Formats: sequence, structure tokens, C-alpha cells
Amino acid sequence: MSLSSRQVINSALLVFLAALPFLTDWVGDSFYTGLVARILILAIAALSLNLLIGYGGMVSFGHAAYIGVGAYVVGIGAFHAFEDGIDWMLNGYVQLVAAILGSAVIALIIGAISLRTRGVYFIMITMAFSQMLYFTAVGVETYGADDGLSIYSRSDMLGLIDLNDEKSLYYLIYVSLLVVLYLMHRLVGSAFGNVIRGSKSNEARMRAIGFSPYKYRLTAFVIAGAIAGYAGFLMANLNDFVSPDVMHWTRSGDLIIMILLGGMASLFGPLYGALAFLMLEELLSSIPLTVGGLRVGEYWQLLFGPLLILVVLYARNGVDSFLPGARKGS
Amino acid sequence: MNWLLLLEQILNGFQLGLLLFLLAAGLTLVFGIMDMVNLAHGSLYMMGAYFCATFTGWTGSFLLGALLTLPAVFLLGIIVEVVALRTLYARDHLDQVMATFGLILFFNEATRLIWGPIGLVIPLPDFLNQTVEIIPGAPYPAFRLAIIIVGFLIAGLLYLIVSRTKLGMLIRAGASNREMIGALGINIRLLFTLVFGLGAALAGLAGLMAGPILSVEIGMGEGILILTLVVIVIGGIGSIKGAFIAAILIGLIDTVGRSFLPEILDLILPSQTAATAAPAISSMMIYLLMALVLAIKPQGLFPPKGVGR
Repeated sequence: MSLSSRQVINSALLVFLAALPFLTDWVGDSFYTGLVARILILAIAALSLNLLIGYGGMVSFGHAAYIGVGAYVVGIGAFHAFEDGIDWMLNGYVQLVAAILGSAVIALIIGAISLRTRGVYFIMITMAFSQMLYFTAVGVETYGADDGLSIYSRSDMLGLIDLNDEKSLYYLIYVSLLVVLYLMHRLVGSAFGNVIRGSKSNEARMRAIGFSPYKYRLTAFVIAGAIAGYAGFLMANLNDFVSPDVMHWTRSGDLIIMILLGGMASLFGPLYGALAFLMLEELLSSIPLTVGGLRVGEYWQLLFGPLLILVVLYARNGVDSFLPGARKGS
Repeated sequence: MNWLLLLEQILNGFQLGLLLFLLAAGLTLVFGIMDMVNLAHGSLYMMGAYFCATFTGWTGSFLLGALLTLPAVFLLGIIVEVVALRTLYARDHLDQVMATFGLILFFNEATRLIWGPIGLVIPLPDFLNQTVEIIPGAPYPAFRLAIIIVGFLIAGLLYLIVSRTKLGMLIRAGASNREMIGALGINIRLLFTLVFGLGAALAGLAGLMAGPILSVEIGMGEGILILTLVVIVIGGIGSIKGAFIAAILIGLIDTVGRSFLPEILDLILPSQTAATAAPAISSMMIYLLMALVLAIKPQGLFPPKGVGR
């Protein structure tokens, strides 16, 4: 079996990511391990959203809500373990199951209502539901409301893996990313994936050959929500903190930006997009140029906003279109 | 229950509702006629407030400042439409969402660059900065009353424009069937630009009126944008009438709900639980209403004629 040059690039990236903690050890600056860990978690969430947007044509603008649900499960568990001494709530496996099930159930409810609508309505209603969860989190005083919850102890994985060790946590995140990539690869190529993609390109034809897209779309919506919930579980453990801000609608916008920057049509797109997004943020905000006494980097969004518009207008497939073997056209 | 407080909250509800209507009217037309998702509408609202603060500072009069703001935001809207949005009409919704999201980032950062990170205050003239006794014993801020009056006037004016003028006829036709009015030889591009400018001016008006009550700050347009989207979705995209009814409904439910829900919950739940649940539930209410409406009528309450086949 020979690899295409695109596969070589993808594999090189994965190898590089696997070696990263040791590279930063060698450089002596572990800041980048944390940054990349954050990127990889966002990549997991973006990958799950790409199942909806890229393959299914369902522009969900509330995906950050499920990250929030997963993150709050960890936060609330740690809170009760710490305040009330309920030890089982710190159990990582309980938290993991609760994070995934919780976000899946919420995705099921939101999806069941939202998927009855089309187009602009669907975008708006998913966004509004995520804001509803956001305001709920803001309103609950017990769990810190606006200020969020500090997580005093990370999920207890019963000795199997120690999440307090930054390297172990990084590799858990890294392996999770590989699993999600593989899952997406299998899912998109399966009969289920064909129905999802078929419903995007021609719903009428899909119905004519006997499929009811609603059930399939709802299933995809729940799968994506559950994966995002898992990303939230990882995120809370990495940050030791959860606040309503993770669910804010602009966070959902960030996820869509990642998908767009990376290229929707490919499996690895969201990973490249998440890398590009946070790298751009780091790069633009550290531009050393000073104009009229103002540091340009401090106003990086002034450049990022128009850049986003240019990507939308002229580089539809983002990073993906610069890799060898890119599909022509949109 | 305190009836005077209820009256005051109902007036506040109308005031919020009418502000929402000013935003929703422009946005629902952009959505409806051009089939365009525009998240940057909240930025135009913010620019209205900032322009008004600046012009009020220059002229020393709020009314003059407000009068200067309207054409300024109208122009800004037209510039945004011609430079950035025009090319997006033919694109899919995802592209529009992203590009207008980029515009929000740009506007927020530009505002921070020009006006600085600290919010501004719009000083009110004396005759607006007092209370009026609507009924004896119930004082109400004159400015809020003015918002309600202006809101109703604009709503009436819009109704006349949309139902009685040629421009209104084209707008209604555009909301029902875009391709057809183009095929009938109407200059759609010009119509789109005009409608966008009009919507921008209305958003600017809402912003300059909200400025003195809330605060003029970066990101002020984003919270209200979401409320506006809820209004549009409930009312039916493209329908001014729907936007009006939904805006008043949302304004009333949100305002009255926030102040009376704790008391109502207290009757049903133990007071400890009620006190914790009330803020969360009251902020969820309008979204629950939206979910309910969409579950029953996926096209909103008043979809324009010809839509929703």
C-alpha cells in the first residue's frame, strides 16, 4: 500500500503531535503542551460538529452548549465531592458516563425540536437553545453563576490514568482525538454516513429511495452532541475551571470558524482548522508592529474579522485546499 | 401582588418589546427578502449608540445628536452592504454566518480602537430626564415613555410604508418570492441596498434610544441580537406584523416574568428552591416559548404569504 502525499502530511502531523510533550520538555517550555492540548480538545469538538455541518449540511450554531454540559458535569461532581464529601461524584468513570449521556440527552431534545425546521430557522433555533443553556448556567447561583466553578480536584480515574499529570492528560486527549478521527472515518463511509451525506445533497431523492432523513439526522445530531460532551469532560479537566462562557454563542461561532478554516470536505479539516485558528490568534495578537502608539497585536480581531470574510469569499475549503490532492471547486 | 409595580413592569415590557421591534423589523426583511443571515445587525445597533454619544457630545444636544445619528447609520449600513454583504447573497447560509461573524469581530475591535474599552454615557436633556405621573401615584421615567411613543410611531410609519407605498409593495413581493420580482424587471440590487440601509437606520435608532438606559459599551449588540433572532423566528421570517407581535410578546414575558416569577414560584415550590430556580427559569422562558412555537408551527406564527409551501 502506498500513501498519497496528503496522507503523508496528515501522518506527519499526528506523529509530531504524539512527540510534542517530549519536544517541549527538550525546549524546556511546557506552555505549548497546554496550548496544543486545548487545540486538540477543540479539534475533537470541531470534528463532531463537522459531521453535522460538513457532511450533513446542518448548520448547528449551538455546539458549544454540549461542551458546556460535559464540562459542568465534571465541575458539579468536583463541587459536591469537595463541599459535601460525596466521593463517588469525583469518580472519573461516573463523570465520563454522565457527561456523555447528559450531552446526548440534551442533544436529543434540542435536535428533535430543531430538526423540524430548515435553513435560517435551524441556525437560529440551535443558537437560541445554546443561549438558553448559557443563561441557565448564569442563573444558577449554587454553581457559581457568572463567575463559574473552580475545579479543585480532577476526575479520579481510579489509578488507571492520573489526570493530574500533564503528560498523561495530554496523551488521553491525543488518543481521544485519534479515536474520534477513526470513528468519523468509519461513520462517514458507512451506510449511515451515506444517508446523511445524501440528505445534504438531495433530500427529495433520499426520500424517493425510501429513507426518512429526520431519524438519521437526529442520530447524527445526538452522536455529535455526545462527542462534544466528551470534549467538555476533557476541557474541564485541563482548565480546572468551568464557567458559562464555554457555552456562549460566540464559542459555537469559533467552532464553525475552525471547520471553515480547515475545510469542510475532509476528515482532517477540523484538526487543521483548530490548529490554524489558535495559531492565528497567537500570531496576530503578538504582532510587534506599533502604529501611532498603538500595538497592532492588541487589536488582532481587527485583522482577524476581515481575514475571515476573505476566507469565506475566496478560500472556501480553507487549509484543505492548499494540501496536495485537494478537490477542485466547492 | 403589587399592582403599581405590575403596571410599571408592563410599561417596561412594552419599552423592551418596541426596541426589539425596531431591530427585528430591519433584520426580518434582510432575512426574508434576501434570504441572508446577518449576525452583524447588533453591531449596527451598537454603532447607533456610539455615534449618538459622540454627536451628542459635539452638538451638546441629545435630540440633535440623535438626528445626526440616523443618516450616519443609514450610510454605514449601505457601505457594509455594498462592500461586504452584497457578494454573499448567492452563497449558502454557512458562509453568511461566518462572514457576518467576522464583521462583528471587526466592529467590536474597531470600536475599542476608536472609543476605547470603557463605556460611554449619553446625557439626557432635562425634559427627558424626569418622571411623569401617568396615573396619579405612579411616576414613570419620561425617557422610557418617549421610547414607547417613538416605537409605536415608527411601527405605524412602517405599516404605512409597507402596506401603502410602491416600495412597500416591492418589499412584500420580495419577501414572498424573490426570483419573481427580479424576473418582472425590478432592480433588486438597489431594493436590497435600500432595505438594508433602512434596517440599519432602525437598528441605529434602537441603539441610540437604548444607550441612555443601558450602557453604551462594546458587545452591547450581541445580547440583544439573540433576543431579536428569537423574535424573528417566533414571528415568522420576513413578516413585519409577526415581528411586531412577537417583539411585544417577548418584551412583556421577559420583563414581567423576571420580576414576578419568584413570587409565583414561591406559591408552588419551597421558598429555598424557588429562590434558586427563579433566575434560571425566567431567563429560559422566552426560549421555551420559541421552542413551543416552532414545535407547533416550524415557520413561525405569521410567515409571509407564499412562504412555507
